[in-house]
Amino acid sequence: MDDAKQLEAFEAKIASGAKIEPKDWMPEAYRKQLIRMMSQHAHSEIVGMLPEGNWITRAPNLRRKAILLAKVQDEAGHGLYLYSATETLGIDRSELLAQLHTGKAKYSSIFNYPTLTWADIGAIGWLVDGAAIMNQTALARGSYGPYCRAMVRICKEESFHNRQGYEIMMHLAQGTPEQKALAQDALNRWWWPSIMMLGPSDDQSPNSDQLMRWKVKMESNDAIRQRFIDRTVPQADFIGLTIPDKDMKLDEKTGSYTHGPINWDEFFEVIKGNGPCNANRLKARVDADKKGAWVREAATAYAAKRSKEKLVA
Amino acid sequence: MTDSQWPVWEVFVQANPGISHKHVGNVHAADAEMAIQNARDVYTRRSEGISIWVVPANNISASSPEDQGAFFEPSNDKPYRHPTFYKIPEGVKYL
Repeated sequence: MDDAKQLEAFEAKIASGAKIEPKDWMPEAYRKQLIRMMSQHAHSEIVGMLPEGNWITRAPNLRRKAILLAKVQDEAGHGLYLYSATETLGIDRSELLAQLHTGKAKYSSIFNYPTLTWADIGAIGWLVDGAAIMNQTALARGSYGPYCRAMVRICKEESFHNRQGYEIMMHLAQGTPEQKALAQDALNRWWWPSIMMLGPSDDQSPNSDQLMRWKVKMESNDAIRQRFIDRTVPQADFIGLTIPDKDMKLDEKTGSYTHGPINWDEFFEVIKGNGPCNANRLKARVDADKKGAWVREAATAYAAKRSKEKLVA
Repeated sequence: MTDSQWPVWEVFVQANPGISHKHVGNVHAADAEMAIQNARDVYTRRSEGISIWVVPANNISASSPEDQGAFFEPSNDKPYRHPTFYKIPEGVKYL
């Protein structure tokens, strides 16, 4: 079959709702875009362990510590599902990691903000994971089989992340005035970065028809952001916290909240590498990779030795 | 030495006694033992399984998607292999 015919068959398959699998024919642009998106997603899960890992040793009690450990371990798992799904597109994990370490590949802007207090752990679970779920449930309906399957698995697990975060915020909000202030401060700092992490507004990031048609992207950034806001504002109201947006209003007709202007300059600065923690996050990943190299080498040598012994025996 | 990230192992998990192992994904590991441990940590953190198989990914051969039509054709034109192919009069029991 020539390329035009294959493209036609490929698009018809997607339009019918069928999934594209690794060995199926796909246009180069589809493969490239997916590698970019999926690896960025995988890197975000891995880098995302850093801000939360920061609080494991200082969790306020054993219950919270066990929960946080389990959550951070989930993020590692999510990173692995996603690297594995990305590898099905014909790229090696070592190459993907090299792209992260050299700064060629990006990860979510949100993880370049610091976790200053315990309440930030609540805010991350509630807001950051909440926003991620909005995005990921949309992606689970996409066209690439391995990515969708990873998304389904991840969404199931994220729901625990989301709820444990809200629970932390709720407890703080119901605590002493100092504790409530801590929760409000975390909400104030994480709100805007959380709604920005869903990506530039539609007029700055025109969704190419092609990516929508190929079901690489399922919904526009603004649509996902609006849904996140509409679900989250009542949750804040419920525990007596205030969304730090004086322009936020409920539109009675649509049931949607209108929000104030988003500081996109900040978003693009963070993406460019000028956020509060970019250098720190990247260094932590590069160091971990370097310091772990001997473990990978030793395990390889041990496996080789054992398989030789088996042959002799 | 190049940093290999270790070979890929495909992972199969049996969720409950009495049912088949099902493919769930893969892991990187230096050897089979490590692959099983990694698979446990990556794919069964919430009691999803009671048994794990791992197979080196390069030992798996697969049918090719392009030949799907021709390859599975022999079974498509044999509806008589299905019980619903046969018309049995109403009133006949246990068939």
